[in-house]
Amino acid sequence: MNTVSCPECSAEITLEATTVVGEIIVCPDCGVDLEVKSLNPATVDLAPMEQEDWGE
Amino acid sequence: MQKRLRIGVLYSRVRVEEKWIFGAMEKRGIDYERLDDRVISFDLDNPAPWLEFDAVLERSISYTSGLYALRILNAFGIPTVNTAAVAEACGDKVTTSALLARASLPQPHNVVAFTPESALEAIEKFGYPVVLKPVVGSWGRLLAKVNDRDAAEAILEHKATLGSVQHSVFYIQEFIHKPGRDIRAIVVGDRILTAIYRKSEHWITNTARGGEGELCPITPEIESLCLSAADAMGGGVLAVDLVEHPERGLLINEVNHTMEFHTAQPISGVDIADEIVNYVMKAARAKQEAAPLAGTP
Repeated sequence: MNTVSCPECSAEITLEATTVVGEIIVCPDCGVDLEVKSLNPATVDLAPMEQEDWGE
Repeated sequence: MQKRLRIGVLYSRVRVEEKWIFGAMEKRGIDYERLDDRVISFDLDNPAPWLEFDAVLERSISYTSGLYALRILNAFGIPTVNTAAVAEACGDKVTTSALLARASLPQPHNVVAFTPESALEAIEKFGYPVVLKPVVGSWGRLLAKVNDRDAAEAILEHKATLGSVQHSVFYIQEFIHKPGRDIRAIVVGDRILTAIYRKSEHWITNTARGGEGELCPITPEIESLCLSAADAMGGGVLAVDLVEHPERGLLINEVNHTMEFHTAQPISGVDIADEIVNYVMKAARAKQEAAPLAGTP
């Protein structure tokens, strides 16, 4: 089971089995957006802030 | 013997749509590579590494990064979904409106001005309320409903002072008293795959802003409008957003070239991700057979 520590609040977060690198997850404790940087070992980092030209 | 096709998928964030697209690629056994737009670079004197791709699907979250990548890839002769021209047409609201006008397709009344003074004059001619939209932007971000002259003066001054130069292109649109919903239709090539209503009590009905989805029957009018709108942009994999005007009926509000379909796919049951992959493979095969598909370079 892949677990990571939130870099913002240190909460322990368990990644779902279907999680992929590059996916954004939300810390269930502090609500910050986290980007999954690697899976083996699992690491996350604060996700980039939304930019003005982001979208669809 | 034909060589095995190799596909690139340009992305920034793996949203649920990208997960579905990667899943569809893997299910079909496609040779593909994930290209993070924050990591890649293009050596314009050395296109060779990129020429290994028979087609590239662009799913960048940044309009700017995606557009420039597409321009370079298309200059290298690599088919992309969508093309740089289509991205440019869809990503800039003024360009979209100009192309819709050229095709005589119904859209909200829009006026473009380049100074706060001329924008204010245009707004006064419209009457209130009006909507001010950034020419580049998405997810309902920085839209302003302007209810009176005081608000207009304040917003125009803020946009001119605080924004980038692009915020001094004032895109003014009539406010439409729509029935608490708009329509999003997914078009791939010459087919409309599905359509959903996006419902919200808020005047911004975008699902990125909390709007909820519901299946919308595809009438002949919706089909015709959406296919015409997609064609006016240059064709490809597109989401056409329609609004229901109380007097004028269905109007084309915008066309998106890297559309999100996290609401449309589960509600419709249509495997949109697989349809996109199918279209990308057609583009790649057309290139291989030296007979480009419409909507690809």
